[in-house]
Amino acid sequence: MSVPLPYYLGLSAVLFAIGVIGVLTRRNVIVVFMSIELMLNSVNLTLVAYSSFLGDVSGQALVFFVMAVAAAEAAVGLALVIALFRNKQTVNIDQINILKW
Amino acid sequence: MSTELLVFVFLAAAAITTAVAMVLQRNAVMSAISLIGNFFCLAGLYLLLRAQLLAVLEVAVYAGAIMVLVVFVIMLLNLGDEEKLAERYGIRTLLAAGAVVLFGVEVVYLVMGTKITSGILPGHPDAAVIGTVESVGMALFTRFLLPLQATGMLLLAAVIGALILAKKRTN
Repeated sequence: MSVPLPYYLGLSAVLFAIGVIGVLTRRNVIVVFMSIELMLNSVNLTLVAYSSFLGDVSGQALVFFVMAVAAAEAAVGLALVIALFRNKQTVNIDQINILKW
Repeated sequence: MSTELLVFVFLAAAAITTAVAMVLQRNAVMSAISLIGNFFCLAGLYLLLRAQLLAVLEVAVYAGAIMVLVVFVIMLLNLGDEEKLAERYGIRTLLAAGAVVLFGVEVVYLVMGTKITSGILPGHPDAAVIGTVESVGMALFTRFLLPLQATGMLLLAAVIGALILAKKRTN
């Protein structure tokens, strides 16, 4: 074994933090969506790393489900973006505030 | 420095670079391309961890299906002039920086405290068996059978929901 587990966990944490920054600072709703995908992937990396280091396949089965949920989320999320764009003619999340009061 | 560590450092650097590029790009299409590069780096890392099935799925599902959908929506919405989208860097950026610093401290604390000495390690011959289609499939169809069926229902619901949401109102 040549790459220690904390390296993978650290990389995953860095990717997750970049995803958080993307969600909090970007205003384009599609880029926010892609940042969420990045965070899902960083968690997947943690799960695979632990699964591999512990010799347990459960972590990889869990990653399979995360991928399925991400695919479902992509389909519904992008349909929402299209519906929003049809109504408001924008993808700027500062202007999409109909749920605010 | 072993070859494996060298490959890891290369892939990790590429993954971080593409992720940062994804957040910083003004153009949504360039962001999507950076994210696809990030997915390929992660697939390489999965291979390094001997998770062959997930490496293939990462490329096929994420870089293939999901990102095609994203790029298609970007094209459909025709966001060419959204580059000058008003990007405010005010209180939210401060909040993001604060959250990230807090998160970083927590992660460093947790990572430093992680000491796994038991189990099969990636160099071990048995480790290569865990990530195969056979072993993951066996787990999915025995221990995780109910979640697997629920995933099928979820995908069906997502397909119907996406169709209803994206459909034009006729009345």
